[in-house]
Amino acid sequence: MTNTPPLTLNVPEPGCRPGDTPDFSDFVIPRAGAVDRPPVDVDPDDIRDMAFSIIRVLNKDAEAVGPWAEGLSQEELLQGLRHMMLLRAFDARMLTAQRQGKTSFYMQHLGEEAVSCAFAMALEPGDMNFPTYRQAGLLIARDYPMQTMMNQIYSNAKDPLHGRQLPIMYSSKDHGFFSISGNLGTQFVQAVGWAMASAISGDTRISAAWIGDGSTAESDFHSAMVFASTYNAPVILNIVNNQWAISTFQGIARGGVGTFAARGHGFGIASVRVDGNDYLAVHAVAKWAAERARLGHGPTLIEHVTYRAGGHSTSDDPSAYRAADEGAAWPLGDPIDRLKRHLIRIGAWSEERHIQAEAQIRDEVVAAQKAAEANGTLGQGTAPSARDMFEGVFETMPPHLVRQRQEAGY
Amino acid sequence: MVQMTMIEALRDAHDVAMANDDRVVVYGEDVGYFGGVFRVTAGLQKKYGKSRCFDAPINEAGIVGTAIGMAAYGLRPVIEIQFADYVYPGMDQIVSEAARLRHRSAGDFTCPLVIRMPTGGGIFGGQTHSQSPEAFFTHSSGLKTVVPSNPRDAKGLLLAAIADPDPVIFLEPKRLYNGPFDGHHDRPVTSWKKHPLGDVPEGNEIIPLGKARITREGKDVTVLAYGTMVYVAEAAAAETGIDAEIIDLRTLLPIDLDTIKASVEKTGRCVIVHEATKTSGFGAELSALVQENCFYSLEAPIIRVTGWDTPYPHAQEWDYFPGPVRVGAALKTVMER
Repeated sequence: MTNTPPLTLNVPEPGCRPGDTPDFSDFVIPRAGAVDRPPVDVDPDDIRDMAFSIIRVLNKDAEAVGPWAEGLSQEELLQGLRHMMLLRAFDARMLTAQRQGKTSFYMQHLGEEAVSCAFAMALEPGDMNFPTYRQAGLLIARDYPMQTMMNQIYSNAKDPLHGRQLPIMYSSKDHGFFSISGNLGTQFVQAVGWAMASAISGDTRISAAWIGDGSTAESDFHSAMVFASTYNAPVILNIVNNQWAISTFQGIARGGVGTFAARGHGFGIASVRVDGNDYLAVHAVAKWAAERARLGHGPTLIEHVTYRAGGHSTSDDPSAYRAADEGAAWPLGDPIDRLKRHLIRIGAWSEERHIQAEAQIRDEVVAAQKAAEANGTLGQGTAPSARDMFEGVFETMPPHLVRQRQEAGY
Repeated sequence: MVQMTMIEALRDAHDVAMANDDRVVVYGEDVGYFGGVFRVTAGLQKKYGKSRCFDAPINEAGIVGTAIGMAAYGLRPVIEIQFADYVYPGMDQIVSEAARLRHRSAGDFTCPLVIRMPTGGGIFGGQTHSQSPEAFFTHSSGLKTVVPSNPRDAKGLLLAAIADPDPVIFLEPKRLYNGPFDGHHDRPVTSWKKHPLGDVPEGNEIIPLGKARITREGKDVTVLAYGTMVYVAEAAAAETGIDAEIIDLRTLLPIDLDTIKASVEKTGRCVIVHEATKTSGFGAELSALVQENCFYSLEAPIIRVTGWDTPYPHAQEWDYFPGPVRVGAALKTVMER
């Protein structure tokens, strides 16, 4: 063994860093329509190749092609476009509000709007999402009031969470949106438990779990996959691969495995990849997975392939770790632009109407913002009561908390 | 009334709760077909079916995490961590999620969940079959923490925990599963079948959380204890002849401060006993509470008798375990000051 060379540690590096020219030439994009659409009761073993391809519907000419192109009316597509535009406009206003000091923190969805907006429309009322902090489209698409979202972001007196939560950690049971936690990955396994409960109760409702590429490295990802597989839980396991976990490129979490979807194979879970910037593809795949779950065929893992075009959060500066024009070079393009071009192509939309819609949506968001700001912003105007901080730790306040509340002067 | 061991009483509590409420589901490692490594869930799967009582993968975060999802759905999961020593992989789910769900969602979602786990030493369990991790839980706002010391309390408190709308950590001293134990490891073990506290009421009789029980009235010194240490304290009092008032706390959080205060104001002295390590253990909280609330009644400094600040050893079991000799010495010391 004297000739054995010293071992070296492999630390994966992204293709480009600040100052480099973005290069996605290694990123293989199957043409739209190329991936088969198997029946919902397919044996996971029979579709193993789907974890290495990408389901796409919209081609480069903005036509909807292939077996996954079906089901959505022009009205539904226009609604989808509107949801994504609302989310983008909402993000832009809230980003500015944070810069103006009206709130402490914000996280935008720039480039990822199709994922949550299209997915939301594939679920039924009563189904439950277990989102991360980057799926507000699930709320927007289900008509959760923007003003209420802003009240939460501003932690004002009308904040439905009474100022207890960091901005954007929304919760709305009525809109199928589970309470967001700051601890990554935790909700992925809770979603499986919720789905197990539906099965235990003989219900017909399903749940959807959400996690980012970086957080798949958390232990709870593994836990969720084991439990979903073992109990054949009616859950859709969504990985949003936006290529970045703050400053860490997805290769650090992915390691030697070809794709995140391929991780499902070890658990016997049907695993597919979808073009996350293709509204039609995300919707079709979500619908397929939901039907699979609802008919008792078990869990589906979906890797949504997208790109985090914005900074990680208002506390982040991506120019410190990635090329400034990497987002523009992203080969799957922009989700709003792609759906817009498709709608124009089928004669349901025009550049003029798009510009009008942008202005109208901006006005709507500004109006909601004004109404929310009338209820106060962080540290300005009306605020949740300090007394409330002691409420809801338990259903009934125990004596020690009553004493502390009194000590605090309430 | 039926004579039961603590294991049988816990099993009976499960049976009663499952019969009364379809939302109660029971799972954990080896909990289903086999009935649990300590037999607490024996027969439940046969009686209630596999969708109500089932085996789980060896994954504590998964067991706790799925249960939180189930509780949010509207079920009432009662889950088992095989040994309290193995709860740590589930701690993120317990502390960051179960404990905070109601508060962070302003009641939009709640977590009525019971996490049972065998705890404590005195069984030659070594480092990972003997720990008493209660202080990790009492330190987390949003959790209730319960430690029964006998079959009657075990059943009544478990039924209360299952009915509770919030997450409850239910620590079962495994040394007490079959009979009381006072730390005299060289003497024969007695069974609950010959003990008055082994007399367990049938049906759904709950014992409210947050209420301590005075196991021995006395006027000289108050002993605050829970779990196995209740019997060690009783033995120490008998052997020293000191007229100790022994309080079995039963629920650590919420704590029954009124009972503690009334006792220490009467006796003027306080000894706190637990198996867990000393530094930042639950005894520190108890000591602070007594000091803050009973300062002018105290005749002597509060003494804590606890496990040493070391991992729980194997060969040195009886040098580690706070037995009747160490507790007796503390009682004498506190009386001499």
